[in-house]
Amino acid sequence: MIAMALLKRLTTTAGTLAGVAVVVFVLLRIVPGDPVAMMISPGASASDIAVLRAHYGLDGSLLSQFGLWLQSIFHGDLGVSISLRRNVLEVLLERLPATLELCIAALEFAVLFGGTVAVVGTIWRNSWVGELIDAVNGLLLAVPDFVWALAFALFFGVLWPVLPLSGRLDPSAGSGMVTPFFWAESLLRLRFDVFADLSRHLVMPVLALSLPLAAVIARVLKDALIEAMAQDYVLLAQLKGMSRLRLVLQEALSNAIGPTLALTGVQFTFLVGGTVITERIFAYPGIGNMAIDAVINRDLPLIQGLVLVFAVIFIAVNMLVDLLQLVFNPRLRHG
Amino acid sequence: MDEAVSLAPPTKAVQSHSPRWRRQLKVLMSEPKVAGAGGFILLLALVALLAPLISPHDPLDQDLMLSALPPAGFDGAERGHLLGTDNLGRDVLSRLIFGTRITLIVAVVAAGLAALIGTTLGLLAGWYRGLVDGSISRLVEIWMSFPPVLLSILLVAVIGSGVTSVIAAIAIIDWTRFCRVIRAETMAQAQQDYVLAARAVGYPRLYILLREILPNIMPVLLALVSLEMGIAVIVEGILSFVGLSVSSDTPTWGGMIAEGRQYIHQTWWVLAAPLAALFATVLCFNQLGEGLRRALDPVLRR
Repeated sequence: MIAMALLKRLTTTAGTLAGVAVVVFVLLRIVPGDPVAMMISPGASASDIAVLRAHYGLDGSLLSQFGLWLQSIFHGDLGVSISLRRNVLEVLLERLPATLELCIAALEFAVLFGGTVAVVGTIWRNSWVGELIDAVNGLLLAVPDFVWALAFALFFGVLWPVLPLSGRLDPSAGSGMVTPFFWAESLLRLRFDVFADLSRHLVMPVLALSLPLAAVIARVLKDALIEAMAQDYVLLAQLKGMSRLRLVLQEALSNAIGPTLALTGVQFTFLVGGTVITERIFAYPGIGNMAIDAVINRDLPLIQGLVLVFAVIFIAVNMLVDLLQLVFNPRLRHG
Repeated sequence: MDEAVSLAPPTKAVQSHSPRWRRQLKVLMSEPKVAGAGGFILLLALVALLAPLISPHDPLDQDLMLSALPPAGFDGAERGHLLGTDNLGRDVLSRLIFGTRITLIVAVVAAGLAALIGTTLGLLAGWYRGLVDGSISRLVEIWMSFPPVLLSILLVAVIGSGVTSVIAAIAIIDWTRFCRVIRAETMAQAQQDYVLAARAVGYPRLYILLREILPNIMPVLLALVSLEMGIAVIVEGILSFVGLSVSSDTPTWGGMIAEGRQYIHQTWWVLAAPLAALFATVLCFNQLGEGLRRALDPVLRR
């Protein structure tokens, strides 16, 4: 049953992915600027330009270019970046881990923080604590990551400079890491000096990215928890003398987690999209930061590769959420 | 339902509108969020309109003798430059005041266009269902599997920078927000008895959609438009920040933020002033949307 549901989901998402591929491809081909024109030196001859054009596969018809692109994707070849003059896949694999670490750290923080707020808000829902939480949450819901990122940079990077303003790792900390997953690796190899420096660099971008998500989690989970708390089985447990905290965590949470999970998945994809601007603000060396440069430089192969990576992440997140929902909600398994 | 008896095309009785208007306004103003946030936005509109009259300096006037002056109250502040000056000696307050113009133009036009596209498609999808709904919903799904920020940067890079492009990009990306909600609302309204009655009387389907269902969706739509205006303000800020909005001689909040970020260690106030303005504006559009939804929804009002 689960396999069937997932298979169905997989075919739908494959269709969506194909749609995304077509849209991006067509969009990029109607760009008025000529990417080749941006990379030639002023004295280049017409034949040089033609050679260059052929080298990047820009000389065929739109359809043949698309066919060529699809074909090479299946061979794991994403082409050569025009602005960096390097293999796109290589560049992406080099930069992606930094972004993944940022996203995962942000997700963890958002779930922990949002979840805690929801539980606290549920327990004290009829007191001033609950009202305060609602008010602060309204603020967090309204203000996007872009504004938080800049505000943090201003306050904790400049006015009260306690955190590093840009980058991923201080050069003086010396990395010596062998994998691109610095954060995980430094922890596993017990290099706590590197781990601390990485973490200090992560604080502001992670906070900026996770606050809006945490607010959504807090709001939806709290509503679901309060609804669950009114159910008969919770009342029964309450009559048995269970404490309020245990009541929320043991009884209500398991029934409230489903709707929260679905929304967290959707919102997490927004968070991943938010890395584009947040990484830019903190000069963090991930794929989001690179995406802006790629667009400004009209680096078609790189943009296509980046969009593909983002689309794959989105689809992976959605599938994972579906799977988790099946795990948490047995009722969905038969349907 | 005395109208239901006659099958003739309905003729709306001419009513005097002013009492109803006043009543609605009263309901709206009784919601503190609408009064407060709406008041702030009106003030902002006034500032944008009167920018040349109230700004203390020319926003483009450079004076290198007076560059990088801190805001009033800090060491080295100059009289007449309340919020200080930037690296080129341009007055921050004046730039902030003129920046309101682009911000509000983008907010109103982009949100209006996104609402127009999204509402039209959402109404059609929710009312006609079937193939129409299938294709529109599919389109929405493809659209939404894309990081909006990346898509907007991509779009503006494709169609070129400038206010028009920014507006077009926001409308092209954000119509899905309207489409999804309006589709769901339309489907919910279509189940109501009044729609059934209108159909029984034999009104044309399109007529029912536009004259019966649409007015009932208005409260939701208005709230969405207000929220979208807040989003548009942010997207314009982001695009200016990345350098893809208007040219650098037109002062915008996003452009100031980009400059401020660049020289954050020298002139932090160039970042702080537009950031605070952006923060307040987004918050107000958001609160206004929330307030409108509350004030106009008879169920929530109770």
